[in-house]
Amino acid sequence: MSTRKLSLKDKYRILTRDLEWEYSYRDYREIFKQEAFEGIKITDWSKWEDPFRLTMDAYWKYQAEKEKKLYAIFDAFAQNNGQQNVTDARYVNAIKLFLTGVSPLEYQAYNGFAHVGRQFGGVGARVACQMQSLDELRHVQTQIHAMSHYNKFFDGFQDFTHMHDRVWYLSVPKSFFDDARSAGPFEFMVAIGFSFEYVLTNLLFVPFMSGAAYNGDMATVTFGFSAQSDEARHMTLGLEIIKFLLEQHPDNVPVVQRWINKWLWRGTRVLTLVAMMMDYMLPNKVMSWKESFEVYFEEAASALFKDLARYGIEMPRYAETAILEKEHVSHQAWSIFYNYTHAAAFHTWMPDDKEMDWLSEKYPDTFDKYYRARFEHWRELERAGERYYNPTLPMLCQTCQIPMGFTEMDNPTLTAYRQSVYQGERYNFCSDGCKDIFDHEPEKYVQAWLPVHQIFQGNCGGPDIEDVLGDYYRINLGVDNMDFHGSPDEARWNAWHNLQPAEDKLKQAS
Amino acid sequence: MTIEIRTATLEPVRNTYEHIKRRFGDKPASRYQEGSYDLAPENNFHYRPLWQPDKLLNDTSRTAVVMEDWYAYRDPRQFYYGTYVQARAKLQEVTESNYAFFDKRGLADRMDDEVKEKIVRCLVPLRHAELAANMNNVSCTAYGTATVLTQAFLYNGMDRLAIAQYLSRIGLLLDGNSGDCLARAKEYWTTDPAWQGMRRYVENTLTLEDWFEIYIAQDVVLDTLVYDLIYRQFDQVITEAGGSDLAMLTEFMQEWYKDNSRWVDATLKTTLAESDHNRQLVGKWVAEWREKAATDLAPLAEIAVGEDAINASLEVLNKRLAKAGL
Ligand SMILES: [Fe+2]
Ligand SMILES: [Fe+2]
Ligand SMILES: [Zn+2]
Repeated sequence: MSTRKLSLKDKYRILTRDLEWEYSYRDYREIFKQEAFEGIKITDWSKWEDPFRLTMDAYWKYQAEKEKKLYAIFDAFAQNNGQQNVTDARYVNAIKLFLTGVSPLEYQAYNGFAHVGRQFGGVGARVACQMQSLDELRHVQTQIHAMSHYNKFFDGFQDFTHMHDRVWYLSVPKSFFDDARSAGPFEFMVAIGFSFEYVLTNLLFVPFMSGAAYNGDMATVTFGFSAQSDEARHMTLGLEIIKFLLEQHPDNVPVVQRWINKWLWRGTRVLTLVAMMMDYMLPNKVMSWKESFEVYFEEAASALFKDLARYGIEMPRYAETAILEKEHVSHQAWSIFYNYTHAAAFHTWMPDDKEMDWLSEKYPDTFDKYYRARFEHWRELERAGERYYNPTLPMLCQTCQIPMGFTEMDNPTLTAYRQSVYQGERYNFCSDGCKDIFDHEPEKYVQAWLPVHQIFQGNCGGPDIEDVLGDYYRINLGVDNMDFHGSPDEARWNAWHNLQPAEDKLKQAS
Repeated sequence: MTIEIRTATLEPVRNTYEHIKRRFGDKPASRYQEGSYDLAPENNFHYRPLWQPDKLLNDTSRTAVVMEDWYAYRDPRQFYYGTYVQARAKLQEVTESNYAFFDKRGLADRMDDEVKEKIVRCLVPLRHAELAANMNNVSCTAYGTATVLTQAFLYNGMDRLAIAQYLSRIGLLLDGNSGDCLARAKEYWTTDPAWQGMRRYVENTLTLEDWFEIYIAQDVVLDTLVYDLIYRQFDQVITEAGGSDLAMLTEFMQEWYKDNSRWVDATLKTTLAESDHNRQLVGKWVAEWREKAATDLAPLAEIAVGEDAINASLEVLNKRLAKAGL
């Protein structure tokens, strides 16, 4: 018997696509209940182009190889106390933000891709989503394992899942993913598969991993390299879903356009946290937020949307505002966190002279003009022993849930402020983007679990704010929160390296 | 002689994450523990799903089973992603060399046509049933509660896709990649009266809403019967008919089934031990699906093995359920 040679495409078709059959005992719509309700029209799932043709045996083989290497590095890192080799202990706050803010999103992605990996009627799409679900489980677990050793030597990692569900600034990424997961399966794919994984991943994932590389964090950067080929697969899946939806039916185009507008704005708001991390939390800077925004959003996205124009898709609606904001968001966000560090599970600090100069150089049009004086003033207060903390509770944007601190781009000294009234209630927004998203689906966004409202309503313990922070958030007060200077993290770091605390140095100098 | 390398020791400020410490005490934790417990979001969901507005995003009421603590479960294999893919990579390596050997030695040519046709008719159509098993287990991942369970369901789901792919490769090995065997097997699956009960059972499971009932109908009842019927009884029939080389191609399924059963049994046991409510509920589901399966699988059992085959498999299921406490 002679054996015919099969092309990769044929093989994948036979081994995966051909497993499907036409149901006759039950109706298709009983088995795929969610395919129709969003108004997306799918005429032919067989037109789905498989973005990567991996069979399970190959998947196991590649992934097992990567896992073996990755865990060997984790073991070595722990054995050699690799945490001592980061640039300085301030850096560790960037990965506290990652574990509390981003890793739980990997978990949500695992959940969400399993959901769509069950709901899509096409087996090719289902299996691709299932593999991504499995990858995302990998990411959350390997991140927990990478940070496990840091958790033993630094404060603020220890209760990350508990905090993610409660703490005010973590409701920004949490609500973002809750929003996507509570949408229908196609919107989820445009939100996460396309907008997040394809368009924005270089602005989220890459800054953290490059930050790790620049700051001697071997555990995190090794995870980053190991996840790269997973991410490459996720990106091709994200692009395929968009093309598939647009090619299936012209009526899908306006729906997809609206989702793209919404999700890129939602995404840029979440990225504010990354912006401040890049500009303020990395002792060794990779590049400025502004620079990375230019490379990874302005250049990459304009090429992408030029390509999508043939389907009738335009540049996302709020891209222009996002581009103007690149000059401001990191400084504004760091100001907010500096103000509210007593309510956060990581430390903040004011940049030193060299860092201020770097910011002036990278932001010649804005840093000296709008931010330097304020920061120098706060630094003076700290030196005088009166480190500034804002004792009030901020008002949050109903959509993105960030405290209202962003400004108008035509007048960067004026806080932006929008409102809508829905069923007699007033709702506040940080921007036109957030207001429009609310106005389109008010019945969804009025449900938002806004941390500050919840505190006022007594749902987070109390009566004092200290009770909320300590008992409800489980922040170890005086340990996890407050300025980096004077923190136990700093003291331990100095002891390992025989360094003097900054205050003592100051005292000696004067 | 032993050599002793001295390393600097630093005193850690804590042994593990707080939620792990709350469960297992203040001591260093395993990677399985840190990667599996208390990860699924439980509180303060922002929006109700548009696709199911009467529920929360991660809602424990997506099954009628009630657990005081959903993290009471434990996978006896302690699979997290890393240990899972490495275990499967090992198994697939053996499988790959079996398939290569079968191909290189032209073992298909040594089987007579009748045996081959019997494999095409009774074994290969299972590739479609395995796709349904994939969907059912992924459902349990998507709508189930607690990572200790949902991750094991995903591993199971992906394993089933792999088994569907191995079964397809058996079809390809038998006809030199022409695809004829797979086409015939699909025809059997969709039209052969012997398969229609089975297909009806499978399509019914795909419409279920309660994820724990899916687990009962698929992983407990159907899998116990099918794996006994096909990979034990039918395997013997083929061996006796001179087709013992087939065993090389189904070793994966047999090994996998042993491994997966450890987790399926542990899950069942923990659920039943929790309360009378669970015991009654699961008992009812098991009885219903067992009865359906007995009828739906009988024609297949008869053509694959013989008249008494279904009863022998039902006996195996009974023993398994009794062991779990039903
Ligand atoms: Fe990921
Ligand atoms: Fe990803
Ligand atoms: Zn907003």
